[in-house]
This record gives sequence, C-alpha cells and structure tokens, in this order.
Amino acid sequence: MGFKEKILTKSIYVFHLSSGSCNNCDIEILDCLTPRFDLERFGIVLVGSIKHADVLLCTGSANRLTIPRIKKLYEQMPKPAFVIAYGACGSSRGLFKDSYNTGEPLDEIIPVDAYIPGCPPKPEATIGALVKLIGKIRAKKGK
Amino acid sequence: MKAKPVIPIGPYHPLQEEPEFWKLVVDGETVVDVDVRIGYNHRGIEKISESKSFDQSIFIVERICGICSSSHPIACVQAIEDLAGIEVPERALYIRTITQELERIHSHMLWLGLAGHFLGYNTVFMWGWKYREPICDIMEMVTGNRQNYAMHKVGGVRRDIEKEHVSYILTRLDEFLKQLDILKGAVLDDPVLHTRLEGIGILTKEAAIEYSALGPTARASGYDIDVRRDHPYGVYDKVKWNVITQEKGDVFAKAVVRILEMYESARIIRQCLDRLPDGPIDSKPKEIPPGEGIGVAEAPRGEVFHYVKSDGTNSPVRHKIRAPTYMNFPTFRETVIGETVSDATIILAAIDPCYCCTERMIVVDDSNKELFRAQELVRLSQEKTARIRERFRMKQ
Repeated sequence: MGFKEKILTKSIYVFHLSSGSCNNCDIEILDCLTPRFDLERFGIVLVGSIKHADVLLCTGSANRLTIPRIKKLYEQMPKPAFVIAYGACGSSRGLFKDSYNTGEPLDEIIPVDAYIPGCPPKPEATIGALVKLIGKIRAKKGK
Repeated sequence: MKAKPVIPIGPYHPLQEEPEFWKLVVDGETVVDVDVRIGYNHRGIEKISESKSFDQSIFIVERICGICSSSHPIACVQAIEDLAGIEVPERALYIRTITQELERIHSHMLWLGLAGHFLGYNTVFMWGWKYREPICDIMEMVTGNRQNYAMHKVGGVRRDIEKEHVSYILTRLDEFLKQLDILKGAVLDDPVLHTRLEGIGILTKEAAIEYSALGPTARASGYDIDVRRDHPYGVYDKVKWNVITQEKGDVFAKAVVRILEMYESARIIRQCLDRLPDGPIDSKPKEIPPGEGIGVAEAPRGEVFHYVKSDGTNSPVRHKIRAPTYMNFPTFRETVIGETVSDATIILAAIDPCYCCTERMIVVDDSNKELFRAQELVRLSQEKTARIRERFRMKQ
C-alpha cells in the first residue's frame, strides 16, 4: 500500500469528469495545463481513460443521468484512488441543490478526499488543492 | 439488410469536456448516419429561475454556460427591462458592450485552441490558451472574476470601469492583438491545416437557412445574420464594425470567421473605451409590473433568446431560454454524413457546441419506453417536499 502511494504522489494522473457542470470548471481545469500555469511540469496530466487515473476530478452537480455513471467510473478506477470535488456544484451542488433533476451531493455517492470551493475555482486554487492532496496522501503513508 | 457498424462516442470521452453521446453509423471509413443523445447536463434552470426573484435569476442564467456568462445575463436583463420599460443609463450600455466583446474574444480564442486540440495539433491549443490569458486578466480587473462575471443587473451594471482601468485594458488588448497576428498567420497560412480543414463539413447557404443556423456557423456559410446589427442592443448601433461572412461553409471558413471576428471585437472595445460617457451606471428600478418581455443577445455562438413573463410578483412566472447551439445542433446531419470518421471529430466541434447551454429539456423519442409515469412524478415531488420539510425542521 505504502509503495503504491509513494509512486502515485510523484506524478498524479487526473481524470476529469463533468457530471452536469456549466463548463466553467472544465475550462479552468484545462487552463491549469496550459502555459501560464503548466501543471504538466509537476507530472500532473489529464488522461483520457479512467483506468489510467489516480485522481478523479469531479465537476458539477450530479444528476439522475450521471449518478450511475459516476459510480461506475469510480468502480473502474485502479485503487488506491482519490476523488476531488471541484467547484461549488461538485462540493455542495451550489445553486442547483433544489433542482428537480439534481441528485444527492457527490460525497454521498462516492468517497471524496478533497474539496475545492469557488465558482469557478481559480487555477491557483486547483494547484494548491493538488499540493494539499499530495501532502495528505504522504502523511497517511507515514502512519 | 446487414446492420451497419456503430461507433459510440461518449458520454465520457477524452475529446470534449462535456458529457454527450454520439452514435456514428459507419460504412467502412465513411459516416452514413449520426445520432446524438444529450441530457447529461440538464439542471432545470428555467424552473429554478421561476422560483427566484428577478435579481437572483440573473445569477442563475449566468451559470447556464460558463463561456457565455455575459451573453445570457444580457439577454435576461434586456427581457426584464423590456417587460418593465426600464431605461438604462448610457454608460451602463457601453460597459455591457465592452464585457460582451471581451467575452467573444475569450470564447473564440478558446474554440481555436480546442479545435487545434481536436486535430491533434496541440501547439495551437497551447498558444491559443496562453494568448487568451490577457483577456481573462482584463475580465478579472473589470468584473472581479475570470469567469462568471456577475456584471449585469436589471437597470444597469454592477461595477464601473475606472479611469485607470482604461489604459490597462488598452495595453493588454494591444499585447493580445500582436499575439493574435502571429496565431492568425500560424493557423491560416499553415498548409497542413489547409489540407485538413478545407472542403470538409460543408454547410451550404440553403441548408444553413433551412436549419436556422446561427452565429459564426451561419456566417461561415454566407448567411449574413447577426443580432448585433439586425436588432441592435447595447451601443452596437453607435460604433463602427463589420459583420464577417465567408462563402464556403467548411470548417476552415468557420475558423476564419472566428479569427476575423476577434479583430472586430477589439475594434468595438477600443471605440467604446474612447467614447465612454460619464454618468450613473445603474437606474435602480424599484418594481417589475405584470407583463412579458423578450431579450436577445449575440453570444459568441449565435443568438441567445430569453422570454420572461411576470405577474407583478417578485419572481418570473415563466422564463424561456433558447441557446444558439440548440439551433446549430441539427446541422450535424448535413455536415457529418458522407465524411470520414477521422474528420468527424473536428466537424462536430466546428459549430462550437455548448451542451450545457442547450440542455433546457430532455427529448428522448427513439423508443416507446416511458421515462416517468405520473405516479413516479408524484412520488419524486413528495420526496422532495419531505426533504425540504426535514431541512426546515432542522433549522428550527
């Protein structure tokens, strides 16, 4: 267990899941990878397949169509896996909590390790969150 | 007849950020039929808006789509102003126009980058998004946020453009235009992109009119339509600018339209900043009478339409929204069929689709399966009421 997590923190592969968001969070996630912020220099890469991912970055308020898919994707992730709830909607369903199509909050569907608040969070907040998540994983390993 | 092979794309796939599902029916390399299934982003915004006050519903429509978070509020406040007959101060109109055009530049730049990404030409992706940053900086300075600007309110705007901001905006805009010149050269003179994009996904002018295509999708096919000129709002009738059109209707023409529109937007912003009049930015309306109103705005993707009906209370009785992608969507049938699978990705991306804008409702009509029965709807409603009651009880 410890070995896997040690390897994982060196280069985090992120899968981005938009479960009914307004696109803003998705833009800011992509923005983190582009030259001004350039997360790739720390080995953090967006991957196309959930089976390559270490971290699931979940944006948007989950709705009736996406909840089964979120569960399925989480099951397919190789463990140890970590989940980040991105943005106000991902963390708490935000403005859409009373909508007829919105389901339960993300942390009741799958276990969530970190929350990034903001609508949308700035790229700096995303980088800060990933650094904190790595710190959390390493601290757990020491115990 | 033998069943044709089907290539499913989505709903979660590495190509686009948003969830959507495409079914490409192929015959060898050629696409012979296309079907699209959306609804993964449906959040019931029209209904939420009807339960909020007029001031709050502006924040809701802002979150319809992150990229058009200036166009939707503008259309919405114009609908409410039309309903109540509210006069907007001149300075506020200028500021609205400036934010709208800044948004257009940022959206087109974003599309250009993503289009490069879809083609596997990641240099354009990185450049496009790097050069987009000055615009985000301007937005952050003027409105306070990189996205979701919260700039517009009924009767005016929320924040003023200060004197010292003007010179900052102009310098960053000049910086941006220099970089755009480089990018324009790199994209429009690149022989690889010419061979990749020219002559694929052609939407003829007749088809564009038939499908009621909007925005750059229509203008690239020679269909000269632009809300900013046809039904001027803001101060578009007071500044000099041109509607960009192209004749060919292929993917390359759509890219050209978007690139040239960025120059026009910069021109509009410069003129607006030059002529920015003094005065109040908010007419502070007190009440909304019963009635109905419509508002239109030209979003980066085409016309955004809002209809608001009021019965004199604090919140709208009906709020109808039509986003541009809803009209541009069906043109897929015209453009994708007959092309190869490798070109399908860029053709599907060429209209700059925005699924979260489009999903005001879910339509599923290819099966006879019932989605909801009356009993289930009643049960859902009762459950929700119970949850709300529970929450209020907890508060007490």
